Order: sequence, then structure tokens, then C-alpha cells
Amino acid sequence: MDAATEIKPRAERTAADDNAFKKELVQLIPHLRAFARTLCGDPTAADDLAQDAMVKAWDARASFQMGTNMKAWTFMILRNQFYSEKRRSWRQSQLDQEAAERTLVAVDDPEAPVALDELRQGLAMLPAEQREALILVGAGGFAYEEAAEICGCAVGTVKSRVSRARRALHAILDDGAYERDGASASDAMRSILADAERLSTVR
Amino acid sequence: MIEQRPSPERRKASAALDEARLRQQAIGVRLRQMFDEVVNEAVPDEFLEILRRADERGGSENG
Repeated sequence: MDAATEIKPRAERTAADDNAFKKELVQLIPHLRAFARTLCGDPTAADDLAQDAMVKAWDARASFQMGTNMKAWTFMILRNQFYSEKRRSWRQSQLDQEAAERTLVAVDDPEAPVALDELRQGLAMLPAEQREALILVGAGGFAYEEAAEICGCAVGTVKSRVSRARRALHAILDDGAYERDGASASDAMRSILADAERLSTVR
Repeated sequence: MIEQRPSPERRKASAALDEARLRQQAIGVRLRQMFDEVVNEAVPDEFLEILRRADERGGSENG
């Protein structure tokens, strides 16, 4: 965010620049909301996050180069905002994960197709790094290179996170939610938590 | 003549692979649906209101 908040002299910007920026930013709001929703889960908290990101992007507009990828730029701002807030409320996210595990084990319909609710629960169980990589590439329409830029990591790291997220989701949805006694769900959970622990020590 | 039919074991393995691939595709489709569902929601007025206020705030500074 330090680079993004560095403002060029005001005189270099015209009202037309601001208008063009604003127009593009407004078009991105639905996407910012969707990305925020996948990070937060809770729709109200997600909209708060999306609004904060939108205002931050607006305030930092002088540092944005028109014609470059504004979607990736705003997603990066939103993501940074999310993690700076998350650091303040780490305990809350732990609780969310426990809640997700309980809900998942309670699912009891082996015949169901991939239901949206299950997918949400499955996503909630993934380590945050894997979840965001999968969302950006698998739903947000970003190339691996763009996702790497947004997440501030190497392209190879994004690729491996996406592939691990896909495998884990598959395992959670098939062996977890469909398992009546929930045994597989806790197995999946254990490996996911081990993954998360390993990632957090790398940081 | 070359034997065209795969062995039962191979057929089974390839069927399992196909099923896994289909499953992944289904998850991918759902993932996009989940995302697009929110993208297609009407943006709450609050967003534009906040942006308008931010714009006015920026404008009143005026260098």
C-alpha cells in the first residue's frame, strides 16, 4: 500500500483523468464485492471491505497508471486491506474455521450435486492463501501472472496454491461432505490444518 | 489386428480419472457461479454515495 498511497503532484491530474478513473472504478465495484465476499464470507463485512478498498483506490488514483490493469490493482488494494484487518482479528477467523468444520460434518446427502452452500463451506476450510489463489484464477478470470501480482508472490507459488486448493476442495466435497459419519471430513480437516500451519510458519 | 479394447482394469482406471476430471469441472463451474452471483447483484446505493463523498472531499482540497 505504501507505493499506492504515494500521490503525484496534484497539478499533473485533470478532472478528465479523475472522471475516467471514476468510471472504470464504478464498473469494478461488482467484482470487488464478489472478491470481498469470498474473502470474508459474511456479506455485510464483505461490503464494508469492498467500500474501504474502493475509497483507498480513489484516494490513491494519482498513483494508478491509466491503461494498465485496474481490476488487478484494485483487487490488490482490497486484499491488502483484508489482511491488515485480519491480523487484528486472527482469533475470529479461527472461530470461523471451527464453525465451518461443524457445519460441514452435519451435511447428510450423498446424492447431492456440488451445492453452493457446500462449496462455500469447503472454501472456508481452505487455507486463506489457497482460497484466494483459486478464486482469482478459477472465478475472477485472472491469469496466473496477474494473480501472482495481486498476492505479491511468485507465479509458481500461485500455480501450486491453485492446484492444492483444487485437490483439497475435491477431497472435502467428495470424501468430507458425503461421508455420513464425518470421519473423512475430519481427516481432510487435519491435512488442511497441517497445510495451514506449514504456510503460517513460512511467512 | 491390433487389440483396440483396453483391459477392464484400464477402463476402470480411466473411468475414475474421467469422473475426477468431471468433478473438478463441476467444482470450477460452481465456483464461477458463486462469484458471478455476487457480481450480478445490484450494487447497493451506499457504494456510489461513498464514492461521491470521497470525490467531493478530494475536490475541496484543491491542491
